Amino acid sequence: MDVLLLSRLQFAFTTFVHFIFVPLTLGLSLLVAYMEFKWVRTGDEVYKRMAKFWGKLFLINFALGVVTGIALEFQFGTNWARYSAYVGDIFGSLLAIEATLAFFLESTFLAVWIFGWNRLSPKLHNASIWLVALAANLSAFWILMANGWMQNPTGFVLRGDRAELESFAALVSNPFAWQQFAHVLFSAYVLSGFFVLGVSAWHLARGSNVDFFTRSFRIAAPFTLVFALALVVQGHHHGSTVAKFQPTKLAAMESHWETMNRAPQYLFVIPDPANERNLVEILPIPGGLSMLAYHSFDAEVRGLRDFPLEDRPPVMLTFASFRTMVALGFLFPALAAWVWIRRKDPQSSPRLLRILPWVIPLPYIAIQLGWIVAEVGRQPWIVNGIMRTEDAVSAGVTAGQVGFSLVLFGLIYGLLVAVDVFLLMHHGRKGPKSSKNKEDDAQRQDADSGVASQGSPA
Amino acid sequence: MLEITWFVLWGVLWAIYFALDGYDLGLGTLMPILAADERDRRIMYNAAGPFWDGNQVWLITAGGVTFAAFPATYAALFSGLYTALMLLLFALILRGVSFEFRRKVDSERWRRVWDYCHVGGSFLPALLLGVAFANIFQGIPLNAQGVNEGGLLDLLNPYGLLGGVLFVLMFSLHGSLWLGVKSEGPIAVRAAAMAEKLWLALMVVVVLFLVSSAYFTQLFDNYMNNPVLFVVLLLAVLGLVQARVFLGKRSMLKAWAASAVAIISVTLFGVIGLFPALLPSSLDPAYSMTIANSASSQLTLKIMLGVVLVFVPLVVAYQAWLHVTFGHKITDADLEYEEAY
Repeated sequence: MDVLLLSRLQFAFTTFVHFIFVPLTLGLSLLVAYMEFKWVRTGDEVYKRMAKFWGKLFLINFALGVVTGIALEFQFGTNWARYSAYVGDIFGSLLAIEATLAFFLESTFLAVWIFGWNRLSPKLHNASIWLVALAANLSAFWILMANGWMQNPTGFVLRGDRAELESFAALVSNPFAWQQFAHVLFSAYVLSGFFVLGVSAWHLARGSNVDFFTRSFRIAAPFTLVFALALVVQGHHHGSTVAKFQPTKLAAMESHWETMNRAPQYLFVIPDPANERNLVEILPIPGGLSMLAYHSFDAEVRGLRDFPLEDRPPVMLTFASFRTMVALGFLFPALAAWVWIRRKDPQSSPRLLRILPWVIPLPYIAIQLGWIVAEVGRQPWIVNGIMRTEDAVSAGVTAGQVGFSLVLFGLIYGLLVAVDVFLLMHHGRKGPKSSKNKEDDAQRQDADSGVASQGSPA
Repeated sequence: MLEITWFVLWGVLWAIYFALDGYDLGLGTLMPILAADERDRRIMYNAAGPFWDGNQVWLITAGGVTFAAFPATYAALFSGLYTALMLLLFALILRGVSFEFRRKVDSERWRRVWDYCHVGGSFLPALLLGVAFANIFQGIPLNAQGVNEGGLLDLLNPYGLLGGVLFVLMFSLHGSLWLGVKSEGPIAVRAAAMAEKLWLALMVVVVLFLVSSAYFTQLFDNYMNNPVLFVVLLLAVLGLVQARVFLGKRSMLKAWAASAVAIISVTLFGVIGLFPALLPSSLDPAYSMTIANSASSQLTLKIMLGVVLVFVPLVVAYQAWLHVTFGHKITDADLEYEEAY
């Protein structure tokens, strides 16, 4: 294999693994901050235990998000040196701003939060986790401005042998980047919501810590529903920005070959990229694709055949990932609505409680598929229309070097993901630590489950 | 002028990174020597506990700023040192998770595994950063395309290895002093005794390194042309001497601060010697990555300067507050604290 392919594999793999951990960080930090806020406001100890229990899961997950993040920053230089030299003026500054504004804030105040339970006033302690949540979301903003620029470059001028910044305002008001930012945030919130719901449901189905997990469930339910609905609406608008700025990506997402007005949306399609057509197209909605992409049934939608072969992204992967993501995207509000209806007494629906733990992986899958659409769909460009991926790879690096690092990444990340999932399940199942006073705890257990002997299953 | 400001900032950010992450990497490196039992190990983990993650961000920032302000240098440096940087990365990854994972399962074997990761993941970065920076000071075989024609083994030349030893000793001394600040009882006594030995060894290596720098590098050229710059070197020596004086009085915090001054000055000594190059080529000075041929556009440098001038002092302020808030000596109560490492 050549350096280009190995470097692409390595970047794809390390980004995938990194993004297993990021979304939960974005949403769970907010939920934990809110739980602790409730404790500060009401003085009810159960909210403190909630912040600690969900906070512990947050921390296990966070550690891996941090260390796998450094790998990405390094790789722009190690594997994509020509890209770095070409766009550093713009892209590099966004990364540096992310570190200066967000990473410091996040890591410093997370430490304050972890070690400060007994050393700071509750208000100050709570403020530290709000800062962590703010910083996590801020970091998402800057990195998505950077990625958004790769999708739809704005505010730059090509000068000499590189792209130079021309307008910082144009760079940070990139409409495509803002859509991506919203899309990533909302989907991360949905993922975090279903995470809390799934773990809570697992315990509620077993009757352990009922009060604790019912309250957790009740906090997560509206959060999940609101963002699952928002995600559908926003996702539609995001699709229109793709149509506007990346017509080839849109055509690949839809496996749409012929340029036409009143382009239909087929509910079921089997693409046949080798012959530049679809093998099967059934259940058309007339003008549906035109409507979705351009808000008009009559709009012209350009097909893949209109674009030179060397400018087209891989169709099958982009198409299948997009379809599956959208299907999941419609499933989430339905499930969240069911959750919301049962939020006051989730135990009244054992079926819901049985299903929810199995829902936990689904938003993860949807989000990874979304990134495949975004990144594979952008090919063959690394910066849309400006620089091709094949021209971006480091000149002096050998296949042996990248092969070596790829194998090590595989081993180390494989191990770490396994350990992380094990720890999350271990501590998630263990449930919250009982409160310090044993009698209080016994009483709480009574109140929780109605059965004094019922403890939390380890 | 803007470029020169950025060159200085570039050096300062790396220097701050070494002065901060240096002590927790040093703590990890010394763990097998200084920790007699599980309690000692936990004291050492928690001495770095609230700080290591924030310290590490200075590396991300130093790297990010290299990318933003001197993209061509970033490209040549990171791709040129590919394998060394990947090893650095893997080491830092394992060290980082060892803090978080070690106490999450109650098993002796489990903890042992993460201890190995922690020690290796602390020692290796100290060594690799030293080797890398000594090679930068010396110059690497960059060709006209900005591609390093040497391999990993070419980095392991005598001067490069001496740089590695220098960094390991500097960081270890820095770490043992910080352990003196954060602990009491037998382990604090051992930390101070270790610091005394490390200090002696470090002095020998510092002298060797300076002499070798005159022999293997062009670092001293700028100093000869502009003798007032020797102040930086003087500051490094003063820092080291003061560290020893305070260590003798067992004023550990002051000794640690003096050691931080020494680390910052040693780094700046090298960076000033490089000027106006950031990454000299050993093949031909014309191939070097310099301020002139690798800086970003004026607009980017201006905007980034604004960002850095506003936010870096803010970061320094809240990280200083963090160190004050959690600078107390670790007690049994701290070790029993539920969230402690």
